[in-house]
Amino acid sequence: MADLIGADLATRTLPLSGFHGGSGAASLSAAAPATRLSLRAKPDAVAALSLALGLSLPTRPKTSASSHGRHALWLGPDEWLVIDENGADMMGAVASSGTLHSATDISHRNTAVIVKGRGAEVAINGGCPQDLSLGIFPVGACSRTVLGKAEVVLFRTAEDTFRVECWRSFAPYVSGLLNEAAEDAGN
Amino acid sequence: MLLIYCPYCEEERSELEFRQAGDAHIARPTNITELTDEEFEAFFFLRDNVKGLTYERWRHLNGCGRFFNAARDTVSDKFVTTYKAGLPKPDISTLRPATEATVETYEATESNAK
Ligand SMILES: [Zn+2]
Repeated sequence: MADLIGADLATRTLPLSGFHGGSGAASLSAAAPATRLSLRAKPDAVAALSLALGLSLPTRPKTSASSHGRHALWLGPDEWLVIDENGADMMGAVASSGTLHSATDISHRNTAVIVKGRGAEVAINGGCPQDLSLGIFPVGACSRTVLGKAEVVLFRTAEDTFRVECWRSFAPYVSGLLNEAAEDAGN
Repeated sequence: MLLIYCPYCEEERSELEFRQAGDAHIARPTNITELTDEEFEAFFFLRDNVKGLTYERWRHLNGCGRFFNAARDTVSDKFVTTYKAGLPKPDISTLRPATEATVETYEATESNAK
């Protein structure tokens, strides 16, 4: 066993490391690594979990809450995707909340593509049937939905910017489909 | 594209986000170990497969993930209404638009199917 000391540790490879694509209308880039939680809880635990996470878990469909690079996205009546862009230990935070809940660290199950530009809506609509116009899907709106044959979570971070979360094994498909649609969005 | 109103997301979404999940309002027997094979067959396998109004479970699989129920016309594919799981069958006579004639064929309503 002593031989293992000093051996090279495996380096984690990001599924979309260095990825850039898209068009002048909608640019694509890989989101920076982040920590992520799949969080499920009943209504009576929401207040304590919110306190532990430092933001108010949203309870209305398609809404999110953000604070200092941490984002809680409503996925369902008892389910949230929590993303921390600073890589904070959120599992520890919710474990200390003293409430009955289910939290799973999915930091490395998911990866994300940032879609930005005047054609961002059109690019995502290349594979997603949701109405992404600003009135229906405003800044801060989020939703689990489909992109072609892959499940994704959309999060609108600015009028012209979306974060598209997908499972890492779908990343080549999702980024490829978005790339095609982004080129079409420029026409 | 068919749009389905999700009672949990409180808006219409594309059919692509949903999966049908069989008949609704099938009560699971409380004495299931005492059933005869015939009674179990009737509960577990036998369905009416009606032409016209039917009550079904649906799941917003690629959305909020929730199961809910729908009253749907199997001829026109039109959703009459959707409602949260656990609620009783709604009174359809009060929901059906009075102006709408009985649907006979899929083709007759394809143009206004939602
Ligand atoms: Zn839903």
